[in-house]
Amino acid sequence: MPKTFAEINEKIRNGEAVVVTAEEVIDLVKEKGEKKVAEEVDVVTTATFGPMCSSGALLNFGHSDPPIKMQKVWLNDVLAYAGVAAVDAYIGATELSETRGMEYGGAHVIEDLISGKKVRLRATSHGTDCYPRKEFDSYITLDSINQAILFNPRNAYQNYSVATNSSDRTIYTYMGILLPNFGNANYCNCSQLSPLINDPLYRTIGVGTRIFLGGTQGYIAWEGTQHNPRQKRDEKTKIPLAPAGTLCLIGNLKEMSRDFLRAAIFHKYGVTLTVGVGIPIPLLDEEMAHFVSISDEEIYTTILDYSVPRREKPNLGRVSYKELRNGEIEIKKKRVPTAPLSSLYKAREIAQVLKEWIKKGKFFLQEPIQRLPVDEKFKPLDIRR
Amino acid sequence: MAKKRIVLTFPPELVDQPIIYRLVKDYDLVLNILRAQVTPKEEGKMVLELEGGKEGINKGLRYLEDIKVDVQPLAKDIKLDEQECTSCGACIAVCSPKALSMNKESWKLEFDRDRCLLCGLCVPACPLGVIQVEFD
Repeated sequence: MPKTFAEINEKIRNGEAVVVTAEEVIDLVKEKGEKKVAEEVDVVTTATFGPMCSSGALLNFGHSDPPIKMQKVWLNDVLAYAGVAAVDAYIGATELSETRGMEYGGAHVIEDLISGKKVRLRATSHGTDCYPRKEFDSYITLDSINQAILFNPRNAYQNYSVATNSSDRTIYTYMGILLPNFGNANYCNCSQLSPLINDPLYRTIGVGTRIFLGGTQGYIAWEGTQHNPRQKRDEKTKIPLAPAGTLCLIGNLKEMSRDFLRAAIFHKYGVTLTVGVGIPIPLLDEEMAHFVSISDEEIYTTILDYSVPRREKPNLGRVSYKELRNGEIEIKKKRVPTAPLSSLYKAREIAQVLKEWIKKGKFFLQEPIQRLPVDEKFKPLDIRR
Repeated sequence: MAKKRIVLTFPPELVDQPIIYRLVKDYDLVLNILRAQVTPKEEGKMVLELEGGKEGINKGLRYLEDIKVDVQPLAKDIKLDEQECTSCGACIAVCSPKALSMNKESWKLEFDRDRCLLCGLCVPACPLGVIQVEFD
């Protein structure tokens, strides 16, 4: 008998919901089978904790007296986008400090704000009749401002490619330091615990889904940018074999914690934000029980040569997450050590926290109000003359 | 006899020079290469232990400086702030002696000091800046 979101929420309300993590469910299905697990388990919690560059926060500073229509805004010398009304600004995670360069960026501003630190706000304006002030220079804290909304256009990638380097020099990338001559191979996905890997066809995860975001409850606002459901998929598991679906996430920054939101620096590449995301998957039926039971040995990704700085990087083959997690893979007959960039350790913590929230009736499922696109083209940017 | 541990960085134009040979032949030093990564036409890095007379070591170091090899003392210690570390694993990518590794059960980062060659490559590799290097 298929279940509904409403029925599962009723169980959560009564403290009767059976909740397990996406790792725990694998053994359960092995032991009891998909049919039984679909009947017995209500919710499976998934999670990821990794660098997600397309992240940032929308802030409303409140009005000074006399007021200012802020046209250029800097937070600790990091430029924020202020082309939205008078005192709204968007601080992007990857924007670099104008005085400290790659040592400090938008992600650090966000981390400083949630740590309760004072952040210097500088703004300039041309001055208007209604907003006469032309300059502002003072300090804000997360408590002193109005809204602080974490709004991340592209998070929680459904799978990601493995990065390696065939050239004879070290390269510095958003996939970490890649040593020459296939010196290492870096991967960045929580695989069998990862949200969109466990719902490969977006049956339960959609616009409006309530999630764990940065330590509090947030929502999926939309499909993420570069959402690419048409990516090549494994015929049997339906899981994409390379980066595919993405999520646009939103939540209240004021409730978030440094435990699940951290600024990160990729050496000689730039600044990014490490984001903790957890998504509950309701086991509506046997098919969902099947999807969540797929484990690392059946989840594959593509190895790319990052020494070729082109849109299409050379494809060096396919590898399972089981092999990646073993610590060594084979590329062109060479044994290559692997390293993860996303923290499975922290993702497990998030999956456990979300599980406890649901068990204790602190977190209810929200049925998607709209499905994520299942057929949408990911377009390139070509130079047109 | 004196001993000294240093980290050498070679500019690309010196990578094909027989520098180690010169140190042995001209300055009568016993060399122990603890770690080396030299790629043609690119930068080279080497962790080296020198053993020899005080004068030989000093002259050898001067020779290296004269030919524009960057000489740094070997770090005394690598400090990992376990409280701040999220166990992402980005540092293990550059740690060839495998002093830094992931525990395959808990997926927590582990640091085995006995395997560490103190090369310091993990410091820039850590996205959170929680690995620090300490010099004498």
